[in-house]
Amino acid sequence: MRTVRLIARRLAAAVPTVLLVVLGTWILLEAAPGDAADAYLAQAGGGDAAFVADLRARFGLDLSGPDRFAIFALRLAAGDLGTSVVFSRPVAAVIAERIPITLALMVAAVTFAAVLGTLGGLLAGARPGSLGDRLLSTAALALLAIPSFWLGLLLIRWFAVQLGWLPVGGIRTIGGAGGVLDTARHLILPTLALGTGYVALYLRTLRAGMVDAWRADHVRAARARGLSERAVVWGAVARPAFLPVVVLLGQQAGTLFGGSVVVETVFAVPGMGRLAYEAVAGRDLALLIGVVLAGTVVVIAANLLVDLVMVRLDPRIGAGDA
Amino acid sequence: MVVMRSTRRGFMAGTLAGAGALALPRLARAQAERRGGTLVVAADGEPRNLNPALIASNGVFYVASKVIEPLAEMVYGGDGLAPRLATAWEGSADGRSVRLTLREGVTWHDGRPFSSADVAWTAMNAWKPLQNLGRIVFRDLEAVDTPDARTAILRFSRPVPFQLVRNALPALSAVLPRHLYEGTDPNANPANARLVGTGPFRFAEHRPGEFYRLERNPAYWEANRPFLDAIVYRVMPDRGAIAAALEANQIQLAAFSAVPLADLERIGKVPGVKVIPEGYEGITYQLTVEINHRRRELADPRVRRAIAHAIDRDFVVDTIFLGYAKASNGPIPKFDAQFHVADLPGTPFDVRRANALLDEAGFPRGANGTRFALRLLPAPWFEQTRQFGDYLRQALRAVGIDAQVVNNDSAAHTRAVYTTHEFDLAVGSPVYRNDPAISTTILFQGGLPAGVPFSNQYGYDNPAMNAVIDRAAGAVDAAGRTAAYRAFQRIAAEDVPLVNVAEFTFITVARDSVRNVANNPRWATSHWADTWLAE
Repeated sequence: MRTVRLIARRLAAAVPTVLLVVLGTWILLEAAPGDAADAYLAQAGGGDAAFVADLRARFGLDLSGPDRFAIFALRLAAGDLGTSVVFSRPVAAVIAERIPITLALMVAAVTFAAVLGTLGGLLAGARPGSLGDRLLSTAALALLAIPSFWLGLLLIRWFAVQLGWLPVGGIRTIGGAGGVLDTARHLILPTLALGTGYVALYLRTLRAGMVDAWRADHVRAARARGLSERAVVWGAVARPAFLPVVVLLGQQAGTLFGGSVVVETVFAVPGMGRLAYEAVAGRDLALLIGVVLAGTVVVIAANLLVDLVMVRLDPRIGAGDA
Repeated sequence: MVVMRSTRRGFMAGTLAGAGALALPRLARAQAERRGGTLVVAADGEPRNLNPALIASNGVFYVASKVIEPLAEMVYGGDGLAPRLATAWEGSADGRSVRLTLREGVTWHDGRPFSSADVAWTAMNAWKPLQNLGRIVFRDLEAVDTPDARTAILRFSRPVPFQLVRNALPALSAVLPRHLYEGTDPNANPANARLVGTGPFRFAEHRPGEFYRLERNPAYWEANRPFLDAIVYRVMPDRGAIAAALEANQIQLAAFSAVPLADLERIGKVPGVKVIPEGYEGITYQLTVEINHRRRELADPRVRRAIAHAIDRDFVVDTIFLGYAKASNGPIPKFDAQFHVADLPGTPFDVRRANALLDEAGFPRGANGTRFALRLLPAPWFEQTRQFGDYLRQALRAVGIDAQVVNNDSAAHTRAVYTTHEFDLAVGSPVYRNDPAISTTILFQGGLPAGVPFSNQYGYDNPAMNAVIDRAAGAVDAAGRTAAYRAFQRIAAEDVPLVNVAEFTFITVARDSVRNVANNPRWATSHWADTWLAE
C-alpha cells in the first residue's frame, strides 16, 4: 500500500514539473540570439533576401513568439512532439532512434560505477584509516579529478591506437554483421570514460556513510550482542550507508542522460547529449523540448525507482504517510 | 612506392612557383589502379539538406558530389574545366544564350536515361528559384530549350557573361532527376535525403549521427570507374578522435582540415599517414575583417586603412595558420589568375602609419592611451577565425583601439552581423567561388536588404563601386568583364570597406593506401571516380 501511494504521489508531482520544463526550455531558447533560419543559413552558406524569407515561412518563424508557443503547446497536449527543423523529421522518430543507445550507455556506466564503487567503498569503509582505505580513497580522488573527455582520448590512444583492441568510436562496425555484441564492444571505452568518475563518487559516498555508521549506537549494540565482525559490517554498518549511495544513483540519472555530451562527442556515439547540443546549435525548439521531455521522464522514472529501493532498505521511509 | 610526401615547405614552394600552370603532384601512377575496397572517411557534420542543386555548400558537396554530378568540374591545367555531364559549352556573342552539349549513354541510378529535359527542369526549378548561389547567377534565366535529348540551350532575358556561367559550372550545376522531382515541392522531396543521381556512387544508407554509405554505381558512364566499392563517411565530431582513428587505420582519410593544424606535424610523421595540402585551390577561403561603417569612427576610410595597417599578415600566416595560408592583398585570391591583380596598393604592416592615420582622422589617444572602444565578433566557423579575433584585439591595442571580443555560436553570430548589425568589427571567412560575381561582389555592393547572410551588411555604399559591379555584371565579353573586375579590386583597395587578411585552403590527411587524392582543385567536393585503395 505504501508503495502504491508513493508512486501515485510522485506521478502527480511530475505533471507540473513537465509543464515547467517545457515552458522554461522554450523561454531560454527564444531568448538566445538568432533563430533556426539563422542557424540554417550559417550552415548552408547564405542566400538572398527572398530565400531567407521563404526559409522563415517554411520553419513557421514568421509568426509571433506567443502564437508559435500556443500552436506548439496545443500540439504537444495532443501528444505530438512536432517536427524537427534540423532533421526535417518528426521529433518522436529522431528521439526514438537515440534513446536506446543513450540508455544502454547510461545503464552500462551506472552498473560499472555502482559495482566497482560499492566494492571499493565496502573495502575502504570496513576498516577506516587502514592502509587499504587510504590507498583506495586516494585513488578515488585521483579518478574524480580526471576530466572525462581527456580520459576518453587517453583510452582511445591506449586501447584503439596502440593496442588496436577496440574501435575508436561509433556504435557498430559499418558493413559488419552488427548485433548486440558488436555494439557492446563499441561501448566499452565510452562506458569506462563515463563511469570512472562515478566509481570514485560512489566509493567515497559509501565509505563516508560507513565511517559515520561505525560510531552509531546500533553498531555498538550489534557488537554487544556478540555478532561476528562480518555480520556487523554487512548488517549494521553498510546497510544504512547504502542509502545516500542509492539517492546519488537517482540524482545522477539526469546528469548521465544529458551530461554525456562530451563522451558522446569523443566516441562519436549518437546519443541524447549530442542531440541536445545539435538542437540548441540549430535553434530547434521542438527537438530541444523533445529531448528535455525525454530526459525528464527518465529522471522521474529513475527517482521513482530509487524511492522504491529506499523503501526496502529503510523501513522508516513512507511508513507514516510522510 | 612513389607516394609524394607533401610538406609545408613543398606546398609553399609549389604554389609560389606555378601560379598559373600548377605543378601539383600526380599521385602514385607507378602502381596500377586497383578495383575494390571501402574507403572510410571522417565527416565532422551532417548537412540538413543533402541536395547540391538546392544548397551549394562544401558540406553538402563533400558527400553529394559523388552521387549527383555537375555539368563540368575544375581541373589543374588546360582551360581549368573538364567535362562531366556536359561535354561542351558555348556562349553566344550577345550573351543571351549558352549551348550545352550533354554526354551520351548516361543513366540515373534508378535506371532511367538522363537527358536534356533533366537539365532544363533543374535549371528552371532548382538553380534559378531555389539554390542559394544559383538565385544570383541564374536570375535572368528565362527558359531552357531542348532541341534534342543531348542539347540544352540556356536562354537569358538580359545579356549574361558566358565567363560567369562557365565559372559557375562546377559548383552550381548539379543536375536532378526530373522524373522524381517534377510536380513535387523540391525542398520537401524525399530524394533530398536519399539522393538519386548519375554519379560514380549510389546513395546507400544514412544513419543519423553515425555514417553515410555510398556504393559503387556499376552502370557509371565512365568505363571501369569508379575504382572503390564503397565510400563510408563516419560522423566524428571530435577532432582528437579523428586523428586517432587515422593512426589506427580505422578511417583512411580526413578532409577539410579535420585534423587540427597543430597536430599535422606530429601525424605527418606517423608511418603510413600523409599530409596533403593540395586539392582545395578551387574552394579558397578568405580571412576578412568585416567593418561596420555605421560606426562614426569606422565610416572614415583613414580609420579603416589604419586597422589594415595594424595587422601583421605574415604573423597571421605563420602563427595562426602555421604556414598553411597566404597573405592576401585584396578581394580576389591569388589562385584566380583570371582576375587577380598583383600590384594593388597594399596596406603593409606599419604601426606608425596606422597611428598617424588615426591621429589625422581626429581620434587622439585618451588619458589611458585608448582612442575608442569597439565590439569585435570573431566568426565561430573555424578555429582560425576565433584565434585571429584574439590576435586582432592585441594588434589593435598597439594602435590605441580597445576591441572587446564577443564570442557567439553560429546562429547568434549570423544574426548579429548580418541582420541586426550589432557589431563594430567582425572576423569573417567567405569562400571564393571562382568568379567575383558568384561570391565576392556581394560583399561590396551597396543597398542590399538586411538579413542576407555573407553579404555587404556593413553599411558600405559607394556609387563608384556599385557602378563598376554593374558594369561587370553586364559585360558580355570576357576581356571587358575582366577589366571591370580589375577596376573593382582597385576601388576596394582605395576604400578598404573590409580588410582581406589571408587566403587559406584546407588540408587532407590520408593513409598512404588512398591514391589519386587531391588531383583536382575541388577534390574533396568532386566525384572521386578515380580514387582507389592500394592493398
